[in-house]
Amino acid sequence: MTTPSRYWREIPQRYRLEANKCSKCGIKFFPPRLICPECKNRELEKTKIAETGKIITYTVIRVPPHQFVDQAPYAVGIVELDDGFKLTAQIVDCDFEDLKIGQKVRIEFRKIFDEGESGILCYGYKFVLDE
Amino acid sequence: MRDVAIIGVGMTKWGELWEKSLRSIFVETALLAFDDAGVDQIDSMYVGSMSSGIFVGQEHIASLLADYLGQVPVPSTRVESACTSGGLALRLGFMEVASGMSDVVLVSGVEKMTDCSGSEATYALGTAADQEYEGYHGITFPGLYALIARAHMEKYGTTREQMAMVAVKNHRNGAKNPLAQFQFEITVDSVLNSVMIADPLRILDCSPISDGAAAAIICPVEMARSMNKPIIKIIGTGHATDRIAISTRKDITWLEATYQAAKQAYAMADKKPEDINIFEVHDCFTIAEICVMEALGIVEKGKGGDAVEQGLTSLEGKIPVNPSGGLKSKGHPVGATGVAQVVEIVKQLRGEAGERQIKDARVAMAQNMGGSGGSTVVHIFERE
Repeated sequence: MTTPSRYWREIPQRYRLEANKCSKCGIKFFPPRLICPECKNRELEKTKIAETGKIITYTVIRVPPHQFVDQAPYAVGIVELDDGFKLTAQIVDCDFEDLKIGQKVRIEFRKIFDEGESGILCYGYKFVLDE
Repeated sequence: MRDVAIIGVGMTKWGELWEKSLRSIFVETALLAFDDAGVDQIDSMYVGSMSSGIFVGQEHIASLLADYLGQVPVPSTRVESACTSGGLALRLGFMEVASGMSDVVLVSGVEKMTDCSGSEATYALGTAADQEYEGYHGITFPGLYALIARAHMEKYGTTREQMAMVAVKNHRNGAKNPLAQFQFEITVDSVLNSVMIADPLRILDCSPISDGAAAAIICPVEMARSMNKPIIKIIGTGHATDRIAISTRKDITWLEATYQAAKQAYAMADKKPEDINIFEVHDCFTIAEICVMEALGIVEKGKGGDAVEQGLTSLEGKIPVNPSGGLKSKGHPVGATGVAQVVEIVKQLRGEAGERQIKDARVAMAQNMGGSGGSTVVHIFERE
C-alpha cells in the first residue's frame, strides 16, 4: 500500500533520478545509499543517473499484480544506462516484437499505477525505445 | 562444537489443503517427526515461515505452534528469510545443538497459502523482491526469473527446451513421491504449450502455490547413538546474502549467495561437488535449477541447461538433482521448502525413498534460496 509519506520520500529518486556516488571508488548508487558496499566509505556525493541506455534483458508480464491489471500485458526490462548503472522499469509505447537485447532506450516520466479510485496516482520513470 | 545428527523427520502430503489450518498442518507434521525420532519432549524449536501475516493474518506463530504442539514453555523462534526460511530454521537449530545450548531441537517450516486469494498470495510472494525499485514497476516473481532466464539464454545459449526439461525431470521424480502435490508426468511439449506467465516462462516452468509443512528432530550425535538411531550427520552448513534487486548485481545470471553459502558448506564438510551423491535444490522456476547447479559448482558456468538435456541430473544420472520432485512437482509452501529438502535427503540416506531411491547414496546437499537469490542456505549431510 502506497501511503502519502512513503510515496513522498521516494520522489527525489523517482522524479529527478537522484543518485549518489562513492567519493573514493566512484561507484554510483540508485537509490542513494549511506555506505559504499565496496570500500565502506561513508562520504558519498550527490549525482544523477544517465537517461539513456540499452536493454540487457526483458520480459512481458502476462499475470500482473493487482495495481497493474489494467495495463497487462506489459514489458519490463533491465537497462544498462550509459553511465553503467542498471535499472529495472517498464518499457512502453512499443510492439513486443521490437524488443531485443541491445535495443537503445531512454527514460521518460510517466504514471506507473494508481491506488484505486481514491488513492494516490503514482509516477516515476519508464523506458521508451530510442531510435 | 558438537557433531549433530537428524534422528527424525516428518512430512504430510502437500497440496491445496482446504480442510486444514496452518496450525493443524504444522502439528500433524511435527508429531510425525516426534514419532520417527521417538521423542515427545523437545528443548527448543524453530519454525520457518515467510509470510503467515499476509497468508493467514497470523503473526506470533512461534508461540502459537509451540502451544498447539504441547511444548509450552520451551523457547520457540520463528525464522523469516523469504523462501529460505526453512533452511535457515535448520541452520539455527544446528547452531543451538552444536553449541551445547540444547540437546533435542525441532526444526520445521510451514506455510498455508490457500486461505487468501490468488492476488493476495502473489502480493505476499512479491514482498521478497525490492518493493520500491522492483515491485513498484510491476515486476512479479515469475517476471524476475524471466529476466534471469532471457539473460542466461542470451549469454550462454541455454534453450527454451532445456528449461522445459527441468520441469519434465522433476515431475517424473515427483510422480514417484506419495507426498508430492503433483504426482504426474508432463512432457516438453506440454511445458512449451502451457500458458505464458512472463516471457519466456510459462506456467509449467513455475512452482505452485501450496499448503504444507515439514519437520526434523536434531540432537547431538552421541545422544543419537545411545538411542540406537541411524546416524545422518549434518557435516556442513553455509548461509549468504546477495543484493535483492537483481538489476544491482554484477551478473544477473549468477547466484552469488548460492556460490558463497556452498563454499562455506563444502569447506566445513571437507567435500567437493563430485563427492555429493544427491542434490535437493531450489527450483522455484526451471531456470533457477539451471543457475543453482552452476553456482554450486556441479557444472561449469553456462552449462546447466546442457547437463539437464544430457540426463546427468535425472534419478539414474551421474548427479541426481531433486529426486523428491523438487519445488515444481512436490509443491512450494515457501517456509516449509527448506526443511522438506532435508526430509527427502534423510529418507534417501536411510534407503527409505521407495521407487525414487538412489542407490548407495552417502552424502547429500540441500540448497534453499530466498526471493530471486537474495539469501541462500546450503547444508551437507552424511550417513555414518
